[in-house]
Amino acid sequence: MAYLELNNIYKTYGEGENSTEVLSNINLTMEEGEFVAIVGFTGSGKTTLVNLINGLLQPTSGEVLFKGVPVTDTSHERGVIFQNYSLLPWLTVGQNIYMAVKEAFPKESKKVLMERVKEYVGMVNLSPAINKRPKELSGGMRQRVAVARALAMNPEMIIMDEPLGALDALTRGNLQDEILNIWSQDKRTALLITNDVDEGIYMADRIIPLKPGPNATLGPEFKINIERPRDKTAMNDNPEYKKTRNAIIEYLMDIGDERKTVSDVEYKLPELTPKSFVA
Amino acid sequence: MEQEMVLKNENSLSSSLKQMLLKLTPSIKKDGIIKSLKNTGITLLSILMFIGLWQMGSKALYNKEADYRIEKALTERGEEAAAAERACIESGDSSCQPNTLPSPSQVWASLQSLIADHNLIGAKKNAFAKKMAATNEKMIAEGKDPIVYTGRASFVDIVLTSIKTVFAGFLLAMFIAVPIGIIIGLSPSLRSAFNWFIQIFKPVSPVVWYLLVFMIVKTLYIGDSSDNAFVISFISVGLCAMWATLVNTAMGVASVDKDYINVAKVLKLGTFQKVFKVILPSSLPLIFTGLRITLSVAWMVLIAIELLAQSQGLGLFVWEEFQNGANDSNSKIIVAMFVIGIIGFLLDRLMLAVQNMVSFNKNEMA
Repeated sequence: MAYLELNNIYKTYGEGENSTEVLSNINLTMEEGEFVAIVGFTGSGKTTLVNLINGLLQPTSGEVLFKGVPVTDTSHERGVIFQNYSLLPWLTVGQNIYMAVKEAFPKESKKVLMERVKEYVGMVNLSPAINKRPKELSGGMRQRVAVARALAMNPEMIIMDEPLGALDALTRGNLQDEILNIWSQDKRTALLITNDVDEGIYMADRIIPLKPGPNATLGPEFKINIERPRDKTAMNDNPEYKKTRNAIIEYLMDIGDERKTVSDVEYKLPELTPKSFVA
Repeated sequence: MEQEMVLKNENSLSSSLKQMLLKLTPSIKKDGIIKSLKNTGITLLSILMFIGLWQMGSKALYNKEADYRIEKALTERGEEAAAAERACIESGDSSCQPNTLPSPSQVWASLQSLIADHNLIGAKKNAFAKKMAATNEKMIAEGKDPIVYTGRASFVDIVLTSIKTVFAGFLLAMFIAVPIGIIIGLSPSLRSAFNWFIQIFKPVSPVVWYLLVFMIVKTLYIGDSSDNAFVISFISVGLCAMWATLVNTAMGVASVDKDYINVAKVLKLGTFQKVFKVILPSSLPLIFTGLRITLSVAWMVLIAIELLAQSQGLGLFVWEEFQNGANDSNSKIIVAMFVIGIIGFLLDRLMLAVQNMVSFNKNEMA
């Protein structure tokens, strides 16, 4: 039995004639402890896919099985890191995480929970900012808080929806390392949604491209056979890396071209000739 | 030289970086001071112009009324009477002064007489309290109500009554509108159920609200001789003013950012937690915008309602002075007008300060 299973998932928004099928025929299996990346263009339905897996949305048809049980609601077993941080602006960093921890461990005493908050804030190197509000933090720091919040709940699986999409390249690199570091400590199952192929190759065990929507579906998977821990600079010269990267990009370029020609509608102009009033 | 002085004054911005920036951009700082001086100057100038125009207007009205009186005396009672009337007006005798828009100096004099009157009444109250101290002590010991001063209220007492009424009304509006707003904001079906109610009662005039409250309170207080004017007026004020808060609260609660709701779902917060930890904090700015409007509406309708309810506040004061028709009545009305305006302005500032204090997105506030 696979850890996470998506069987023939279809997701349609709207009803009747106005309905659009965002996802069609999505099939995916993930094993425990695996790190899978799904790479896709913007607007291809990546966030919809994430929300189906974390339980915020229900598929129109098909089923999402988590440890063999259908997903009908959100669960503390699956932690989510949102694309736009989604921190509550009126709470401090510590309070944001405390709120999550308190829900995840309702029976623990306040002291134990506070210790946990401090531990995870320290893990993402934000201890000096624990009493600051999200407004006072940079984008990278905010996303770190979101990472800490998701991990502090001790989920079995962690779902990341373009977590680094809004960050600059340098911060992005640092945070990739930080997330990998934390992940390698207890090898939780992780699903990363991204639009950056390099990020996928650097972080994941498997990369699956998402063909752009409407009717988005998953493409063939690419295994990344590069040993961990991976070194970013050394990786650039790794023939395996070059091969996989080229293959994925080629595939994505091809479906990108395909999408362009498909969307090109030919307009037929009516045949008009000027009418003569002189007769 | 000037630059140095500017730097010295900026004690609050003591960080060296800011000082450096100031040194680099002295012209901007200087411009800032000139600008604020200019603004103050313009304000002062406009106040002077306002007083000047007022003076001219009241003078013109005074002359018109005086001319009419002399003319009337001439046509009805002959030249001798007209000359006597003219002499009387010019002498400034209070028995024959034209009754029209008072001049700024008259209003100023009225303000001072109102303050003097307040001091006089205060002295009387003190004397009364001293005189009755022993008796009252005895009465309290015997379990009877002490005798209190029941003389005429001074202008300051009247203003305080009005402020008390407006705050009671405001609190009533808040306690009714905020919970209902939250409930109908949370449920779309309740929102449509309440919608007709809000749409119909929102535009109802303060006078009608007063009459409605009067009908109910009068019956509730039946057989009770105590004064219910205060109760009637604050309930009417509250009912008139609560609508802005109700609508804003419902809107704020209904339009919470989808991201926050998703967070609440992913963290699996309970309903209570979701409302108090996520929905309410995120709609606080809109709720306070509503409360600010409510307070200003409450202050505005208060005058009319106090007049109708015969509650000892500014509304009744204005009406009584108008009915009274004494020489300084008109200028007292103008004094009350300025007091009402200034208190309204201060209340609005107060609410703005509270609003800025509680809201998390300070930069987005006006």
